[in-house]
Amino acid sequence: MKILVVVKQVPDSTTVIRIGSDGKDIDRAGVKMVVNPFDEFAIEQAVRLRETRSDVESITALIVGPAQAAEALRTVLAVGANDAIHLEDQAFDQLDDLQTAALIAAVVKAGGYDLVLAGKQEIDLDSGQLGPALAELLDIPHVGVVTKLEFADDGKSLVANRRIEGADEVVQVSLPALITCEKGLGEMRYPSLPNLMKAKKKPVRKLTAADVPGFAEATAGVGGSTMHTLEPPPERPPGKILDGEPDEAVRELVRLLREEAKAI
Amino acid sequence: MTNDIFIFAEQRNDKLHPAALQIVTPAKALAEKTGGQVVACVIGDAIDNAATAIDKAGVERIITISDPSLAMYSALRYRTALTAAVQKVDPKVTLLPATFMGRDLSPRVAVRTKAALATDVIELQINDGGALDVVRPIYNGKATCHVTLPADRPAIASVRPNTFAAPSGAGGAQREALSFEPASGDERIDVKEIAKTGGDIKDVTEADIIVSGGRALKNEDNFKILFDLAKELDAAVGASRAACDAGYQPHTRQVGLTGKTVTPKLYFAFGISGAIQHMAGMRGSKVIVAVNTDPEAPMFRVADYGIVADLFKVVPLLTAEIKKLER
Repeated sequence: MKILVVVKQVPDSTTVIRIGSDGKDIDRAGVKMVVNPFDEFAIEQAVRLRETRSDVESITALIVGPAQAAEALRTVLAVGANDAIHLEDQAFDQLDDLQTAALIAAVVKAGGYDLVLAGKQEIDLDSGQLGPALAELLDIPHVGVVTKLEFADDGKSLVANRRIEGADEVVQVSLPALITCEKGLGEMRYPSLPNLMKAKKKPVRKLTAADVPGFAEATAGVGGSTMHTLEPPPERPPGKILDGEPDEAVRELVRLLREEAKAI
Repeated sequence: MTNDIFIFAEQRNDKLHPAALQIVTPAKALAEKTGGQVVACVIGDAIDNAATAIDKAGVERIITISDPSLAMYSALRYRTALTAAVQKVDPKVTLLPATFMGRDLSPRVAVRTKAALATDVIELQINDGGALDVVRPIYNGKATCHVTLPADRPAIASVRPNTFAAPSGAGGAQREALSFEPASGDERIDVKEIAKTGGDIKDVTEADIIVSGGRALKNEDNFKILFDLAKELDAAVGASRAACDAGYQPHTRQVGLTGKTVTPKLYFAFGISGAIQHMAGMRGSKVIVAVNTDPEAPMFRVADYGIVADLFKVVPLLTAEIKKLER
C-alpha cells in the first residue's frame, strides 16, 4: 500500500496577524511558519498505519509552496515520510484552492496511491476545500473531518468516524480513498534531532509548472477565484462591565440580555 | 447559465438544518439583483416535512430528490444528486450552509460542475461586473478577505451558520421531483451508523446558546453548575482547550482552534481568560458574556457584557434568575 500525505506550511497559530501594505496578503516579516496542525494528524496517522501493518510500502509527502516550504517537508520526513514532492513555481502562487487541487491531482494521478491523507482544513485561509476537491478530481471516495480511523476486517476498506453536529458518522469506505484528519486522531510525535538530520538525506522531488504535463488545462477547468482586500476583523463595540454585588450584577445581566441584546 | 440562485436545503431525518433556512435570506437578495428565481433542492429519503419547511421560507421553486439510498449522507451519492439538480437549473450562484455536510459536499460539486468556490462566507453580493463578491474570515477570524469569483462560470459559496436571520414567506412554491440516478462507484462509501456523542445535551455546533467553562472550573464535577444553567437555557456546554486537556470535559465539547468553531447567538465564557486559540473559535458569536475574577482577562475585551466576580457565585445566581423568567 502506498500512502500520500498532503501538507501545507502555515503561520503558527499564535501569530499576530498584521495586514500587508498592499492589502492582498498578511505582513509575513518575522512570522514563524509551521506544518498546518491538522496535517500533523495526517502524517502521524500514516506512520501509525505503517507501524501496525506489514503492507505499507511507502509514505510520500507532498507540499505546494515556496522554497521555505522545504522546512515543513523536512519535519514531515523526520516524522516518518519516506520521500517527498515539492511543487514550487510562482505560477502556483496564483492558484485558488480548487486549482491547487487540480495541480496536485495532475501530479499524483498516475502515482498509484491507495490512501491519501490531509488535514481537515488549513489554519491560514480556513477553506477546507482541498481534500474533498482532490478526491473528486482523482475520482476516489473521501471521508472528511475524521477523528478515528481503522482498517475494516476485510483489509481492503477503512472504517472512519466522521464528526458531525452532536454525533459521529461511522463510515466504511473502500480503497483507494482520501481522508481529512481532525483532532482525535493521534498527535504528531516530536521530530527528533537525529531524525531531522536523516530527513536531509531523504529524496525530495522538486517540480515546477513545466514538469507537470497538462498543468494549464487542468487548472483552467475549475475555480479561478481571486482573494483580495484583507481587512482586520470587524471591531466589537466596547462591552459593559456590570458592577455591584454578584446578585445585582446578575439581575442586570439578565435584564440586558432580554431587553437590550434580545438574546434570551 | 441562468440568473437563478440555487440553495442546498440540508436536512437529516426529514428535519431541515436551521442554517438551510438562513441561506434563503442572502439568496433572495442575490436573486433581486440578478432577476432570477430562488430554487431550493432537498435531498434525502422521505423528505416532505423538510420540503414544506423550506417552502415556508419563501423560495420560488423546489426540487426534491428522494431515494432510500439517500437516507444517510454520503459524500458520493449526495454529490451525484446535487450535481444533477444544479445542472438541471444551471444557476448563476449556488449556496450551501457551511455545516459539516455543506463544507464536505461543496468542493466536490464545484469540481463536478466546473464552478468556482468560496467557503464559510459572511457577506455576499453581485458586483457591477456581474461577478459574485464575498467576504470570508481567514486566520481563524483574525482577518477577513474579499474573494471575487469569475463572472463567466457558475459560483458556489457556503455560508457561515447564524450569519443571516431566517426569512418567512408565503409558501406555495412550484415543486418537482427528480429521480436519483447513482453514478458508478457511488457505493464506495457506506454510512454504517450515526453514533450520538455527548448524551442528551446539545452539541456546541447546533445550539443557539453556549455555556462554556475554562480551567477555573477546577474539575469535572464543578461543570455540573454549567450543565444546570445550560438546561434552563436549552444551551450546549462548551469548554476551553485547557479544561479539555485537563480532562474536565471531552474534546468533543472543545471550542477553539483545534476544537470547534462556533457562531451562536449567545456565548457565555465562565473562567475562560481568552487565549488566542479559544477566541479563534468563538469570536463570531453574536453576543458574548464574560465572567472572570481577573479584570485583565482578554475575554473582557471581546465581551458585550462582563462581570468581574467568582463564577461559582455568579453561575447559580444566574441559573436561579433565568428560572424566574417566563420563557
